[in-house]
Amino acid sequence: MTSSLSRSAFWRGFREGLPFVLVIVPFGLLFGVVATEAGFNLAETMAMTVLVIAGASQFAAVQMMADNAPALVVVVTALAVNLRMAMYSAALTPHLGRAPVWQRALIAYTLVDQAYALAAQEYELRPRQSMGEKVAYFLGVSMVICPLWYGTTLIGATMGEAIPPGMALDFAVPITFLAMVAPMLRTLAHVVAALVSVLVALLLAWMPHNTGLLVAGLVAMAAGAQTELWQARRSAGL
Amino acid sequence: MNTVETWVIIILLGLGTFVLRFSFLGMIGGRPMPEWVLRHLRYTPVAVLPALVAPAVVWPAATGGDPDAARLLAAFATVAIGLATRNALWSIVGGAATLYGALWLLG
Repeated sequence: MTSSLSRSAFWRGFREGLPFVLVIVPFGLLFGVVATEAGFNLAETMAMTVLVIAGASQFAAVQMMADNAPALVVVVTALAVNLRMAMYSAALTPHLGRAPVWQRALIAYTLVDQAYALAAQEYELRPRQSMGEKVAYFLGVSMVICPLWYGTTLIGATMGEAIPPGMALDFAVPITFLAMVAPMLRTLAHVVAALVSVLVALLLAWMPHNTGLLVAGLVAMAAGAQTELWQARRSAGL
Repeated sequence: MNTVETWVIIILLGLGTFVLRFSFLGMIGGRPMPEWVLRHLRYTPVAVLPALVAPAVVWPAATGGDPDAARLLAAFATVAIGLATRNALWSIVGGAATLYGALWLLG
């Protein structure tokens, strides 16, 4: 009984994850191409894609490595891009925190933006499901996203070797990031954070080893948080 | 960037990302995160990604660091389309089309 319910939850997750094929395929291909153009061999590209499964941070790492940033700065900056995942982890814990540890580890490994967004919505809509169903739903979504991410990266990396230089691919990463960020600018606080980020990064571009970037990220996070507080206070009429 | 360094980065980034994802799920009876931490975490992508691209947009390496009209136009179009459509894919397609169009027109 439980297992048939779990099975149906798994397939519901799988079906509801299918629209993300449209997002994963182009980004996976693009990452494979960009990493190869930046000088990664196939093993390095695939290792990063399988170990990290976080597109934005992978693009960030490749871009900084192409700029010859020091290893420590590359890792810290790319992890800063992934800090939001700790927030996802915290948000899912009330629903999945009592699952066996191996299941939680598997969920953590596949905790990408799209899987989080779907699962958070699902657990809100159907809060009374068993733990097994909730875990199965999540893994159903992951089963769409992760293999596709690996596969399209592999195809992209193979294509990348065939793409001639001079295609202005240096600009693929900036365009990708701007395209990821623009739809996120939903609130004034997000807009302020993004503008402060750009401004501080340009002002501090002289700092050695891309460290200006880290300062810009921290200052911009604080700017977003402060704007949010300020708006909350204003709407409360204080 | 030599091979060893590349692999060190890949492995550390993989481990670090897993730790971030497992952080709260991994702890049994994990305590809720303080509100001020959540408030800052909400802005990490919009705080870090623009800082990463801004210098590459204004001073692209491909032109030896000189501002380039085609790349500035493409960046502007990407953001404008992303804001208008709320869709990252259309934004990329429009940005790339603008870049190649402008490179072709402006030589």
